[in-house]
Amino acid sequence: MTDLLAARSQMAMSLGFHILFAVAGMAMPLLMVIAQWRWLRHGDKAALELAKRWSKGTAILFAVGAVSGTALSFELGLLWPEFMRHAGPIIGMPFSLEGFAFFLEAIFLGLFLYGWDRLKPWVHWLAGLGVWLMGMASGAFVVCANAWMNTPAGFDLQAGEVIAVRPWEAMLNPAAFSEVLHMLIAALESVGFAVAAIHAWALLKNRNSRLHRMALAISLTVGGTAAVIQPFSGHIAGDHVAHVQPIKLAAMKGHFHTARDAAFHIGGYPDVERAEMRGSLEIPYLLSILAFMDPHAEVKGLTAFPRDEWPPVPVVYYAFQIMIGIGSLLAGLALLVAWLAWRRRALPTDPWLLKTLVVCGPLGLVALEAGWTVTEVGRQPWVVRGFLKTADAVTPMPGLWMPLLVFTGLYLVLGVVSVSLLKRHVFASTLPGVDQEVRDDVA
Amino acid sequence: MTWLDQLTPALLVAGVMTASVVLYALTGGADFGGGVWDLLATGPRRKAQQRAIERAIAPVWEANHVWLIIAVVLLFVCFPKAYAAIGTALHIPVTAMLVGVILRGTAFTFRAYDTGEGASERAKGWTRVFAITSTVTPVMLGVIAGAVAAGGLTLDAEGRATTDFISAWWAPFPFVIGALTLALFAQLAAVYLALAHDGQELAEDFRLRALLAGGLVFILAWVAWMAAETGAPQLKARLLAGHGAWVVHGIAGGAGLLGFVTLWRRRYGWARAAVMLQTTAILLGQAWGQHPFVLPPNLTITAAAAPDSVLVPVLWALLAGSVVLVPAYWALYRVFRTAGRQAGD
Repeated sequence: MTDLLAARSQMAMSLGFHILFAVAGMAMPLLMVIAQWRWLRHGDKAALELAKRWSKGTAILFAVGAVSGTALSFELGLLWPEFMRHAGPIIGMPFSLEGFAFFLEAIFLGLFLYGWDRLKPWVHWLAGLGVWLMGMASGAFVVCANAWMNTPAGFDLQAGEVIAVRPWEAMLNPAAFSEVLHMLIAALESVGFAVAAIHAWALLKNRNSRLHRMALAISLTVGGTAAVIQPFSGHIAGDHVAHVQPIKLAAMKGHFHTARDAAFHIGGYPDVERAEMRGSLEIPYLLSILAFMDPHAEVKGLTAFPRDEWPPVPVVYYAFQIMIGIGSLLAGLALLVAWLAWRRRALPTDPWLLKTLVVCGPLGLVALEAGWTVTEVGRQPWVVRGFLKTADAVTPMPGLWMPLLVFTGLYLVLGVVSVSLLKRHVFASTLPGVDQEVRDDVA
Repeated sequence: MTWLDQLTPALLVAGVMTASVVLYALTGGADFGGGVWDLLATGPRRKAQQRAIERAIAPVWEANHVWLIIAVVLLFVCFPKAYAAIGTALHIPVTAMLVGVILRGTAFTFRAYDTGEGASERAKGWTRVFAITSTVTPVMLGVIAGAVAAGGLTLDAEGRATTDFISAWWAPFPFVIGALTLALFAQLAAVYLALAHDGQELAEDFRLRALLAGGLVFILAWVAWMAAETGAPQLKARLLAGHGAWVVHGIAGGAGLLGFVTLWRRRYGWARAAVMLQTTAILLGQAWGQHPFVLPPNLTITAAAAPDSVLVPVLWALLAGSVVLVPAYWALYRVFRTAGRQAGD
């Protein structure tokens, strides 16, 4: 394994791991404050219990997200010092703001988790709301920085040195809006469906649990709403990519040759050697329509670009297929549930539906990882598109397979432990208050 | 007028970074120190000690930890050359520190939120991981700071680190600084915990530990001074130069002595102030010793700094952010200030 590949693998693995916990930190607090709202407004004991259970899940996931995020802020320099040496100042504004948002998120979370008996109920609820808002803000700022790597803006170059940085222009770069919108909705969608799956499973065991019914209703409402909106935000993102990052669009869609009336491919295999799609289902005109809202629009193909600037086409193609496949499935499922609920005026809990929800639980998170694969692998060979190649940004440090091994092992253990811990929580029948539990555990 | 004229945006950012490092030591550092005393919990009140530590850390450690993130973000935004050089030449200790940070935080949380069958058995394992990583991580932080201060990080004409990845940190001086950092953090934690349990038997346990750690700080500070002779001669020379340097040393030494006296007399409120002042003075002393370099021996703050078009907006963002952050952080401490005493038993 070359050091470059090891560095890329470590970065991909660290980001892929962190993202799962980061989205939990962005979406779980919303579920938590909705449940607590029901308790405060209606005095519903089950809602209080649910809010407390969800807040424990949030605490576990947030801690793993926080430390893996800390690691990332160093790994950027450990693995890509040349990238950070040039880009650090330019993307400094979103990272600085993210620092504050994350700080506030951690403060509000401390107040929320340990403040049940210390704060007035509504102040406590506001702290929870603060966790959610700051979590979403942190996510948005970090994605702004990532968007800059796709569409670098806000600086001038003079003899290879960065001069005249315009931090706000860099932060609000062309890709920022569509990427942030897509990611925030993705966080709510993937976490909403993952949580719904857990409570659907619990309902299959005990159909009459009020707590799990309420949990399912709240998580499905959040996740389902996001799922129905997501294709629209996806279209905005696709529109942006078509106009600004045509080579990424071509790789996503397996579109090899520039053409009018471009078709959309489903399945099959992108044969890079022969520069053609094989065995795919073609939908005529659809790519031209999706990209430019015109069935006859010309869409640039991969062969219009130098061969050494192509990203790994099959990876990007399949990742995109997985993302939109799951996205469509979850949107359809959400509409179906909404229709059933509207017709019956009640939360549908038919066993077949609950089983479907359980099976679909992890899919949102899979789509999330696939989406990040599209945008990150689709940017290769560049780390900063058009300016700095990934291979030129890597550290000179030898033996990078070692830290790769260390972090992979570490994250594997943390992932397994987090999941088993959450599993124990889900089915714990009665849970004492947080303070009580801290006491019991140490005693 | 004269020194105000020299107050460039780069220097201001360096000042803010120093402040966040000081705040990290005083808050997050003490959280690590708590882990050290968890590892070394002994005597008839062993369980009570561990419980007190857990209760003190739980609501605040994640927020305290963000001071480190703020400092790092400011480093890569405002002094990217220094950040890139540290990431390259100190890859190994930084990685070790990160593993410690990751395991410390997760072990603490896993222990606090474990439930169901076998939870108390697993808690023992998590306690071990939490305590060991709380001890190793501060040493690594100190090694990184010591290696930077010693002046082993050099750059080529292009601004890339010239390094064999080992020699900049694998030396006595950085590890002495690592040990000193650990002792300081442990002392801070012991003093805070003694104050939180003032009037209880538990306070006696932490008083004794604070005195021992304080003694260790004095010894290690002296050892560091000796090791600097060969390990960081430039730093030592700068630490002896000028009145300002001696004022900072005087405050550190004086506060250290005051810490001993007040601990001895069980005046824990005063002891806390003294130990906080001592830690602050030591860190400011190091910052003073490094100034005007961000990476001694030749990368100055001015040369390493990003353009003013970056620094000035960041300074404004820091100011605006602080307006929200400071009251929130203060509220967090205010709400949990009495946690130790109320829950004491």
